[in-house]
Amino acid sequence: MMTRGKKWTFYILLMISAVVMFFPTFYAFMVSFMSSEEVMAGKLFPSELTLRNYQDAFDKLPLLHYLMNSFIVSISVTIGQLIVSSLAAYAFVFIQFKGRNALFFLFISTMMIPWEATMIPNFMTIQQFGWINRYFGLTIPFFAMAFGTFLLRQHFKTIPKELQEASQIAGLSRFQFFYKVVLPVSKTSLVTLGAYGFLTTWNMYLWPLLVTNNESVRTVQIGLKQLQAEEIATDWGVVMAGVIVVVIPTLVLLFAGQKQLQKGLTQGAIK
Amino acid sequence: MKKVELRNVCKSYDGPPQVVTNVNVTINPGEFFILVGPSGCGKSTILRMIAGLESITGGQLLIGDQVANSLMPSERNLSMVFQNYALYPHLTVKDNIVFGLHVKKVPKEERKRRCEEVAAMLGLSDYLNRKPRHLSGGQRQRVALARAIVNESPVCLMDEPLSNLDAKLRAHMRAEIRQIQRKLGITMIYVTHDQMEAMTMGDRIMVLNKGEVQQVGHPLDIYNHPANPFVATFIGSPPMNVVDATVAHNQIHIEGIKPIDIMDSQLANKEIIQVGIRPEHISFASKEIEDKRRNIVEVVNVEVLGNETVIAFKLGAGEWMAKWSGQWRVQIGDRIPLEISYDAISVFDKESNELIKSPKVSDLHVFEHEVI
Ligand SMILES: Nc1ncnc2c1ncn2[C@@H]1O[C@H](COP(=O)(O)OP(=O)(O)O)[C@@H](O)[C@H]1O
Ligand SMILES: [Mg+2]
Repeated sequence: MMTRGKKWTFYILLMISAVVMFFPTFYAFMVSFMSSEEVMAGKLFPSELTLRNYQDAFDKLPLLHYLMNSFIVSISVTIGQLIVSSLAAYAFVFIQFKGRNALFFLFISTMMIPWEATMIPNFMTIQQFGWINRYFGLTIPFFAMAFGTFLLRQHFKTIPKELQEASQIAGLSRFQFFYKVVLPVSKTSLVTLGAYGFLTTWNMYLWPLLVTNNESVRTVQIGLKQLQAEEIATDWGVVMAGVIVVVIPTLVLLFAGQKQLQKGLTQGAIK
Repeated sequence: MKKVELRNVCKSYDGPPQVVTNVNVTINPGEFFILVGPSGCGKSTILRMIAGLESITGGQLLIGDQVANSLMPSERNLSMVFQNYALYPHLTVKDNIVFGLHVKKVPKEERKRRCEEVAAMLGLSDYLNRKPRHLSGGQRQRVALARAIVNESPVCLMDEPLSNLDAKLRAHMRAEIRQIQRKLGITMIYVTHDQMEAMTMGDRIMVLNKGEVQQVGHPLDIYNHPANPFVATFIGSPPMNVVDATVAHNQIHIEGIKPIDIMDSQLANKEIIQVGIRPEHISFASKEIEDKRRNIVEVVNVEVLGNETVIAFKLGAGEWMAKWSGQWRVQIGDRIPLEISYDAISVFDKESNELIKSPKVSDLHVFEHEVI
């Protein structure tokens, strides 16, 4: 048990860290209501609460269109990752084949190659396929994900092999066992991975910048950047309004999935 | 109800050491057949070969009259209960029970009827909508059982189904499984490492050691006439006392006790033998017994179990056990007189380990059907 004094210090430190962590978000939120002059004056609170900046953000940019693009891309990547990772993890856990472990370690070792290093070859492939400015180019390169396979494999390994044997005796095919038993049993891990994939894709910047050069499939993160560069003197109020709009879906996802997320991430760890 | 036959069945896991060697046995339709042996002796492997979960590397397996070596598990038409029950954690009790029927496309009403019937038989009717994790160990066990019998498969396999239960529940489930098996008339192949379960449940039992069959037979026949010292010490609790002995001058000489007179000709031209005696066949030597048959031994441990007493004592280099009915107020360190008579001992050949003589004990009461 902690002594009273220790507890106090602990909580005060936590509070300070929380404030430090949260301040930029809070300030962005405040700025999104301010006029340029107020921002320049370095005020912390806006003098009046108007939604003018939000109005401007939507006027200056096809923000809704970008949001929609981001949604389509993020959802597709999430689903694609879940399908590919779960099938791969299933093979690594439930199907016996020669060199299974070697293959898995090879697979996992790709996690050590930074994404940026593969960017150019990936870009050239996408270009060859003619997938510039298409959803394919934004989504398909992210379907195969070593981390997701790893996470799901860890979970699948906790499924007793007797469950598979019982299913065999009952007459389930391999694929039936996969979707009738393995997937439902691993719901928490799937949700975790899904949320993780969604957020990562939603916040992706460099790749969408590379493979889009017009508005048609451009995602919202690039759109925000546009907001900043178009004017000579950036209207930070408008930019921040855009940022807040973009952050909302992530926040919703976090709040909705927090419980599941925690469970999923700690699951393999303590067992 | 089908018979299951194993002909020279062998198994080795990718490597020369055979885990199961030349198993030959015919399990009759409707029989409660038990595979028993110490852990690691290959019981589960045999069961899993019958189930089709493990390939058979030598010999033949027949289920009914059909060679089943290469049939898929689902084609063998059997059910199985696992040690850890293997219930589907995401399904309710009801869905767990009918899972197999669902796969086999049994019509919905039929599924419901059978599920309710089985649930009633096992006292699960009130729990049908619960998830397995909200059940006690005993209830999970029953669900696993229900799932196995709801299929109405002619053969049912069980791998140590009771080992995760506490002693009291285990005794209860033992009786219950036995009753259900009788009622449904299924051919049951049951794996256990517990000789008590084997003795009390089986119509016939097969004792295994290191992948080899030691003896197959009715539990009491095995108890009374164990084929070799391994079976003798494995079946029965406390185990049979077995020691090396020599034969000379028509007497058996065992280190630490007085020579035993040989009463018949079964040991003719044997010199080195092994002698076994069940703890309950060692008798207390009262004062009337002549001195040359009284052995005084030192007690090293006493366990009074209500109506019987297990006494451990030093004899020669080893420790022996005697089991007597009644409450014997003996203290550790006491010296007590014992008698070991020729009629009470089993004799095994030293080289081949085969049984030469089994005990002929008058106080071994055997009640045949006719008496009652
Ligand atoms: N998958 C396997 N691969 C290699 N050896 C195994 C495997 N399964 C079991 N064994 C070996 O086979 C022997 C018998 O195992 P098992 O049938 O599980 O014994 P039991 O059920 O009687 O305790 C053991 O020595 C065990 O180490
Ligand atoms: Mg076993």
